[in-house]
Amino acid sequence: MPIDLKMAWRNIWRNPRRTFLTIAAIAFASIILVFMLSFQFGSYEAMINSSVKIQTGHLQIQAPGYKDKQSIHMVVTDPEAVGAFLNNSSEVAAYTFRARAFSLVSSEERTYGIMITGIDPSSEAGVSTLKTSIRRGKYLFEENPNQEIVPALIGELLARNLQVGLGDELTVLGQGRDGSIAASVIHIKGIYRSGLDEFDRASIHIPLQQFQDIYSMRGAIHEVVVVGKSLRQVPEIKKRLLAGIKTTDSKSSLRVLDWMELMPGLRQAIEMDLFSGIIFYIILIIVVAFSILNTFLMAIIERTKEFGVMMAIGTTRGRLTRLLLIESFSMTVIGMVTGAVLGSLITWYFQVNGIDISGSSELLSHYGISGRLYPKLSLASIISGPMAVMIITFLAALYPALKIRRLRPVEAISHV
Amino acid sequence: MYENRSVIYFQLAWRNIWRNPRRTIVIMLAVIIGVWSMVFLGALMRGLEVGMIKNGIATLTGNIQIHHQEYRNDPVIDHSITDTREVKAALKQTLPPGARWSFRVRVSAIASNARHSSRVTLVGIDPKHEAAVSFIGQAVTRGRYLGPRDTYGIVVGQALVDMFDTKIGHKLVLMSQASDGEIASKAFRIIGVFRAEMLATEKQFAFVTLPVAQHMLKLNEGISEISIALSNDQDTKRLATALKAKLPSDTYDIDPWWDLLPILNAYLELSDGFVFIWYVVVFISMGFGIINTMLMAVFERIREFGLFKAMGMKPGWIIREVLLESFLLLVIGMVFGNISGLITVLAFSTNGIDLSALAAGAEFAGISRMLYPVIYGMDIAIANLVVLVLGILVSLYPAARAARFTPVEALAHT
Repeated sequence: MPIDLKMAWRNIWRNPRRTFLTIAAIAFASIILVFMLSFQFGSYEAMINSSVKIQTGHLQIQAPGYKDKQSIHMVVTDPEAVGAFLNNSSEVAAYTFRARAFSLVSSEERTYGIMITGIDPSSEAGVSTLKTSIRRGKYLFEENPNQEIVPALIGELLARNLQVGLGDELTVLGQGRDGSIAASVIHIKGIYRSGLDEFDRASIHIPLQQFQDIYSMRGAIHEVVVVGKSLRQVPEIKKRLLAGIKTTDSKSSLRVLDWMELMPGLRQAIEMDLFSGIIFYIILIIVVAFSILNTFLMAIIERTKEFGVMMAIGTTRGRLTRLLLIESFSMTVIGMVTGAVLGSLITWYFQVNGIDISGSSELLSHYGISGRLYPKLSLASIISGPMAVMIITFLAALYPALKIRRLRPVEAISHV
Repeated sequence: MYENRSVIYFQLAWRNIWRNPRRTIVIMLAVIIGVWSMVFLGALMRGLEVGMIKNGIATLTGNIQIHHQEYRNDPVIDHSITDTREVKAALKQTLPPGARWSFRVRVSAIASNARHSSRVTLVGIDPKHEAAVSFIGQAVTRGRYLGPRDTYGIVVGQALVDMFDTKIGHKLVLMSQASDGEIASKAFRIIGVFRAEMLATEKQFAFVTLPVAQHMLKLNEGISEISIALSNDQDTKRLATALKAKLPSDTYDIDPWWDLLPILNAYLELSDGFVFIWYVVVFISMGFGIINTMLMAVFERIREFGLFKAMGMKPGWIIREVLLESFLLLVIGMVFGNISGLITVLAFSTNGIDLSALAAGAEFAGISRMLYPVIYGMDIAIANLVVLVLGILVSLYPAARAARFTPVEALAHT
């Protein structure tokens, strides 16, 4: 076996220029794939993280049907029980309660229909970026000395539409959980900009306790928002929560929804982008495979005479086939490894420095990303592209190698 | 004499490439697949774009819109066009026959029934004119479209009907701020339900007749926007500029669709760049094969080139001959690549590609459910030019190698 390797290695370098070009083609494809896949994964993660942090959290526990209808009657009646269970789950990094009601909100000049969200200020800060995205004013007070005044946070674009600023009052008119009229006056204490226009145009936050008073919630809430330690752990946490929820609440059968269910559009946009990317990559690899097939083919045609001699002195066809496969395989592996290493270095550079695509910032803020995009190297993005290149080029190499089986020593020796 | 020589060179190159048919076919296959992918995937991307633009324009945008100067920053009732005579006159003078327009009232409102309430966009339309401008004329799938005298009728989307647990014939109350600052509310009866490409559209828009909306909001003759639909051959940019010249810019805001749909526009710019990068990437992966194959072809024939030189052939002609070989390879590959690409596009262009399995994702990106590939002559021209020019360029290296062999060393080569 070592002698086969030695022969293969020498054969490869009999024509260094050709070998170099072949390796370069494989390396090129690998570099492109490593970079592109890392880039895609990086932007997906940015999209998911920003949406998760601004809006939904990794997981939510809700009443059945609430996600689609968002009716004020579909509640989690005993949030404390769920909270007690979450406190005991080690994978849960943070959680918070939210309640939401659609209401008519009027300033002196304007009136809009808005979804008002009740939040628990201290635990909300651990779950979402709301606190850090305050641009003017202050985040909701943790302890609220004056129960008469309802403090509120408002999105920058909504504040502009309502023509209000810090310290202004808004009247709120909606319907309580019991069907009664819910009316109140809220005072703007803070204005935030999350970067997600849709969110900044349509949301107002008030403290949960006062929300529950205004909308007669009787202690109930709508969403338990859960954040895990990382995005990767979400399926596992979901499984635990599903099992755990059954023990805490036997009758009302709460639902556990992960971010993919909460934002199906986002998941499918990612799937579609990945899917179309994969089609592009496969075609690219096939073009590369055909473009290097000639090298493999030439390797046997040029050496037919040599093979004839080797067979005449007793080399089996199987061994010759193996020799050729070792040759093409080692070229592919060299190209692939070079490509993976170079690709990782290039990607790593951009991962540190970011890629400036400010020209398309409108598009990015649609997905809640601002400024720069950072590709993200991962084992999957480094390995999967080059592996695909290797498999397809190896298939291309099979065809010439198998031709050896039809070679006859006498004819081969007389081949010119 | 000169012409004769060209013919001989052509023959020489043609015969040379078929000396090793298998090698030639393999490299041609690489070119064919490369060009095919450029044509087909390019057409798919263009198809996506065209679908998105059509969708964007038909969903109430139109090719051009006219608003009160302040409306787009702050779309409220106060920023309405109160006197439409000036605009009407300008439209009649400027727009060519075939252009259609529609006046609308468009405000944010709250829809509610006994079970639910939600934010919607109330659109007051002239049923006849609107049908010629936007999607709503053909979109009503149950019940009926608005008639000019529908005082209580309202047309809403299927998704809204589902969300509100309601149906045709049931009541829906709309509330919005009227021009006097008071909250106006009015009860309507659902007379028709429309379907749209996107669920968000079905949830967002509620249509009533223009006079009803004007009366409810105490607008008199005022309107919020004018949407203009042009036919395909009419130049949006030119007409928008012409309208701007006619109407005072401190009162009116005139925008073509690309300003009204900035996200779509940003996407289009991005994908334009992407198509071109894709062409170059595909070419580079072909390029390695082209260089290698031509090098092999040249090195096999060292003796031959030596002989040519010994007989007095100039290096320039050797270069030309080798370049002609790769030119022929490329052109044949390109012809087949283009033909197969066009056939693939044609096969999909009648029935389209169904994206509904990815409907929510497509919707998120503003893409319609069916994708029809679209061929742009310009794209094909660029793709072929990239392949041809770069292909010849990389062949210069093997050609130069061939020209450098000296007769003595070449003839000594075995």
